[in-house]
Amino acid sequence: MDKFVIEDLTVQYSDGAESLRQISMAIPANSITVLFGPAGGGKSTLLRTLNRLNDLADVVRISGKVRLFAADGSSVEVLDRRTDVIALRRRVAMVFARPIVLPLSIYQNLSYALEMAGERRKPVLDQAVERSLRKAALWEEVKDRLQDPAAALSGGQQQRLCLARSLALEPEVILLDEPTSGLDPISTNKVEESLQELKQNYTIILVPHSIQQAARTADQAAFFLQGDLIEYRPGKEIFLNPQDRRTKDYIEGRFG
Amino acid sequence: MEIKLNVSWKKTLQAINEQVITRAIQASGYSAILFVVVIFIFLMREGLPALEEVSVSNLFSARWYPIEDYFGILPLLGGSLIVTLGAALVAVPFGLGTAIFIAEIAPRWAREILKPFVEVMAGIPSVVLGFLGIVALAPRLRVLLDLPTGLTALAGSLLLGGISIPTVVSVAEDALDAVPRAYRDAALALGATRWQTIWRVTLPAARSGVITAVMLGVGRAIGETMTVMMVTGNAPVIPAGLAGLFAPARTMTATIAAEMGEVAAGSVHYHVLFFIGILLFLISLVINLTASAVVFRQRKRAERILS
Amino acid sequence: MDTHQRRNSSTARRKLYQRLGFGLLGLTTALTVLPILLIVVLIFAGGVPSISLEFLTGFPSNGMRSGGILPAILGTVYLTFFTTLFAVPLGIAAAIYLSEYAADSALTRLIRIAIINLAGIPSIVYGLFGLGIFVLFFNLGTSILAASLTLAIMTLPVVISTAEEALRSVPQSFRVVSISLGATKWQTVRRIVLPQSLPGILTGVILGLERAAGETAPILFTGAAFYLPTLPSSPLDATMALPYHLYVISTQVPGMPTRVQYGTALVLLILVLGLNLIATIIRSRARARRQW
Repeated sequence: MDKFVIEDLTVQYSDGAESLRQISMAIPANSITVLFGPAGGGKSTLLRTLNRLNDLADVVRISGKVRLFAADGSSVEVLDRRTDVIALRRRVAMVFARPIVLPLSIYQNLSYALEMAGERRKPVLDQAVERSLRKAALWEEVKDRLQDPAAALSGGQQQRLCLARSLALEPEVILLDEPTSGLDPISTNKVEESLQELKQNYTIILVPHSIQQAARTADQAAFFLQGDLIEYRPGKEIFLNPQDRRTKDYIEGRFG
Repeated sequence: MEIKLNVSWKKTLQAINEQVITRAIQASGYSAILFVVVIFIFLMREGLPALEEVSVSNLFSARWYPIEDYFGILPLLGGSLIVTLGAALVAVPFGLGTAIFIAEIAPRWAREILKPFVEVMAGIPSVVLGFLGIVALAPRLRVLLDLPTGLTALAGSLLLGGISIPTVVSVAEDALDAVPRAYRDAALALGATRWQTIWRVTLPAARSGVITAVMLGVGRAIGETMTVMMVTGNAPVIPAGLAGLFAPARTMTATIAAEMGEVAAGSVHYHVLFFIGILLFLISLVINLTASAVVFRQRKRAERILS
Repeated sequence: MDTHQRRNSSTARRKLYQRLGFGLLGLTTALTVLPILLIVVLIFAGGVPSISLEFLTGFPSNGMRSGGILPAILGTVYLTFFTTLFAVPLGIAAAIYLSEYAADSALTRLIRIAIINLAGIPSIVYGLFGLGIFVLFFNLGTSILAASLTLAIMTLPVVISTAEEALRSVPQSFRVVSISLGATKWQTVRRIVLPQSLPGILTGVILGLERAAGETAPILFTGAAFYLPTLPSSPLDATMALPYHLYVISTQVPGMPTRVQYGTALVLLILVLGLNLIATIIRSRARARRQW
């Protein structure tokens, strides 16, 4: 089943920076889709389009269609002006490259999204906090100091907290933009393990921080180069036997 | 079904709440424009009748003696001019010198002490300075310069200079601070001394900010009221060149402050005082518009350089 | 003289110039800083002997030549209080607009120019404006209310610019994260941006109050009274105020003992510098505690 269906998506920023040209692809549910390629290729732009975070940036032109499907088969048009963005962002969560913890306690970081959505019942919040921490494999480490400032955690813990935070609202999709770029190999490993667990229940779209990570995690992978989608194929095939010359050059380390 | 309804109702409420707050914040933002306009309108309303009630030749004559209907504002303009000029002579060299010293020469610890210290000066109420001017400065000036009275334009200039210095220092220091480190490093790498670097590179690069600093300092001096009213002796005579510094003078601001309390609302005198207010408003408007134009241009250029 | 020697002598000369230049600038700075110190010392030396419980809590007597200055102190407190009430909510809201909502448009630039101009309008012109609009047009009379409204508009630019600076110093990434978690703009401002910038905003508010508390010209014709035998009973009464009182007793009352003048000046100075000190402390403590 497809989670996102993207047709002819074109995005242009006002400063002429990273943009996308006529992208069409379908992203299946309950799997890890990897978007990779050299910097400036449009991967982050695509992620930010999927939950309309691009609204905060200077986008001059955006066209095409991006449909988000629910489990019952119904769909919303993401780019439609009338779409409830707040509701969309609650369905499509985002984890950023640097672990950006909000300047609140650990607990408040996790309950934030729910509280903003209007949830005030303490037991519901408690439960959500524990559940999302467990999913991100962080519960054991922080359960005794939930009221501490989140900034006191180590870098790796902070990033898993961010992952947990995005899970608190029970989203359907998790977007991850180089979530392990600042982490040591052990922390990276923990995050990748969590992702493998999470894909049972969530659709995961990942911009990896290396080709190795792309190859390790991908259920399907898409190669982006300067705003174009060059190649998009299921499984690890793209890494072993790339069809396009440019993909092959990139994977073999001839550029980027 | 019922739960769903409840949720959407809550959502609508939240959306309305958000709308109301956004509008209120927006209105607050616009209020600054509103205030400037309303201030101008009220000044015009009360001040423009002066032009009908007093002949232009009277208004721009050299005699200010309202009790006998002489409303010549030239002495007041002259008084403001001489006092401000004197203040600039104090504030510009000392203000810029201090700014350069703080930004370019002083070691870090000295900077941490000096900056807040100059800010303290900005916080001292002008009446306190006026009071000290009366009891401490004027008598000494009288003895030192052998004048009939120490309450002169000079006393006003010295204190006004002091009042303007913090403005000059802080704006100029910001401008010097904003000059990219790389400019200085490049000059030093070419073998220039630090002194040469300051004169030939840093100051020219910060030029527009330095000009802004001087203009805002002058603006501060023209608008200052209490200190000048207390120490300049308040004689409405056209100053005779720079020698006027050593005689009593009376500024536009001091005239309004001293006389408005005693006139009847709606009288000719009242309208003329408001007319002087219009002049002051326009002077400050011109100074600040020019200064902000310089600031905006400078910022644009900085953005171009950095991008 | 060969090139080598010439270069050496030129280096020595340049070093000398530099030393002279630095010395001159240092002297300028000393001549700027010392008078400030002198002012503070003079006021303290002259004022401390006249500070007593009676001076702080008594009413003026004998044509203000003796007794205390309580009505002036309280008057300044009232004026500052009402000024805060009007200027702070509006100023913070305007700062939020500029920092969080405003697009980079011609209108926004106009707002910024208006704020710069508000900051530059001479205080006596604010006095005229307050007289024209609040005292006469809205018929509030010379009153605490009219004076506070006048002071509030004058204080507004200080509050707006410092508050905006504080809001802008909150990292953009917090806003992006909050929005990405489904928070609305206002929720983001209220839950993340405002709490984080609160110390900075508070500093701005206090600096604004400091300005309001020390000003005389704007209240001359809008609310300040020469002498009142009783304390004001409502915001529609006129009031005595410290800066105006100092003006009055230094210029309008013959035979005024300097002791009382210095005492009044000292109380005013302490009030204003005290506010400044509080602002500085809040700022430095917040910097030390900040998590980003």
